[in-house]
Amino acid sequence: MMPPLLRKILLVDLFEGLRVTFRSQNPKNIYTEQYPAERPQVAERFRGAPRLLKDENGKTLCNACGACALACPEQLIVVGSVRNPETKKKELTTYTFDLSRCMFCGMCQDACPSDAIKLTQDFELATYSRNELIWDRQMLEDGPKPKQYKC
Amino acid sequence: MPEATFLDSTELVLNMGPQHPSTHGVLRVILKLDGEKVLGTDCVVGYLHRGIEKIAENRTWAQFNPYVDRLDYVAAVSNGLAYCLAVEKLINCEVPVRAQAVRVILTELNRIGSHLLWLGTHALDIGAITPVFYCFREREESLKILEKYCGARLTTHAFRIGGLQFETYEGFERDVLAFCDMFLPKVDEYEELLTNNRIWVGRLQNVGVLTAEQCKDYGVTGPVLRAAGVKWDIRKALPYSGYEQYDFEIPTRTNGDTYDRYLVRMQEMRQSVRIIRQAVEGLPAGPILGRVAKVLKPPAGEAYVSIEAPKGELGFYVVSDGSAQPYRVRVRPPSFINLQALNQMVHGALIADVVAVIGTLDIVLGEVDR
Repeated sequence: MMPPLLRKILLVDLFEGLRVTFRSQNPKNIYTEQYPAERPQVAERFRGAPRLLKDENGKTLCNACGACALACPEQLIVVGSVRNPETKKKELTTYTFDLSRCMFCGMCQDACPSDAIKLTQDFELATYSRNELIWDRQMLEDGPKPKQYKC
Repeated sequence: MPEATFLDSTELVLNMGPQHPSTHGVLRVILKLDGEKVLGTDCVVGYLHRGIEKIAENRTWAQFNPYVDRLDYVAAVSNGLAYCLAVEKLINCEVPVRAQAVRVILTELNRIGSHLLWLGTHALDIGAITPVFYCFREREESLKILEKYCGARLTTHAFRIGGLQFETYEGFERDVLAFCDMFLPKVDEYEELLTNNRIWVGRLQNVGVLTAEQCKDYGVTGPVLRAAGVKWDIRKALPYSGYEQYDFEIPTRTNGDTYDRYLVRMQEMRQSVRIIRQAVEGLPAGPILGRVAKVLKPPAGEAYVSIEAPKGELGFYVVSDGSAQPYRVRVRPPSFINLQALNQMVHGALIADVVAVIGTLDIVLGEVDR
């Protein structure tokens, strides 16, 4: 080990630090994501925008039980339903999801017995007004369509 | 009233924060200064107060779980673990061993992430810009594992009362071990940059000294206490979630200054990797959720559980009156109590040392204000 005074004069610590810095200059190790141009692939389980799923015939999977509305800590889900007099089953009419209060905890999708509501991988949810964050059934079934700017 | 001469300076009261970048959030410190010398400080907290403990009284036991992630949002997994352990103690629920092991892995991963954020911002406050980029690069990898496991990076909501909601994903063990292999050389790299750096040592050594006695008086816990030489870690002292099976050391130092706290945290990251490796290699199979009622109505009573969060001892005190909603939830956050020692630590120091001491206390204002 070099004596401390010699280390001081020869600026050893400085060069040791610089060695680490220059090791990281390799262009192979670029970590910056060029966000709007290249979109990140989020994980499969990512909890983003909610979606009300439909089966292959285009019929909604939701059976209007309201378990999601009960499970939601912020009580931001409103399920509207009407009882079909022929089949004696509830049928979904409206479904409102207030995204402005949602904290994406995923308790609605945990509670859903028919896997109808799901938090998807869509994450671009910025809007120009708060009213646009209150999603109705139409919006929840179609999903958001963020504008993509080509650069 | 003594006559003021040209060289005398009167006491000056200065506000630091709440928008000051090096107060790590919205902390406001009122500094009493004599020139550059600090005569006393006064912390004003509450700018981020959201009334989380009151919110708990209007939610069911399970519904409150995502809110605790918002306390110490840098280490959300630890908060969730402490809350779940407290409720499980209340309802006397046995957590399956597999769930316990996965909980340990995720909490330790989050501890590494929290320490990395601390190291990056602390170095940034001191004036070293480079480490923050390196730390965030590695923290990103640990967050990716969390995202793949539970779907969120920061406010994870990873655990449920009684165990876990999700089974580990395909390739979880491989990802975690790859992270461990990648991470250890990186810690050496940070140490190469900082540990012997003359500016770093000069700015940190003998700054913000807190002796073991003073730590105990203030109730300070975590790395701050261990840097003063007290071997106190709740993972060893009161093991929870199966920590007694893992072989790891409690890093301690003796001086209790800012430099020692830095060294203790660096060692803690290495020990965390050691725990993660053991937990992944011995990951048992089996169920992940214990027997918990759908609508949780714990018997009337109370429970207190404390865990070793990255910042110190995090405690949850929960009271049930037998209904589906908590009667009272009280959080004992480490940051809030560690912050009390700020005045003692910076007394007689310079303004620049205040920045260093706030950085080394590793406070998160979400937890201080709640």
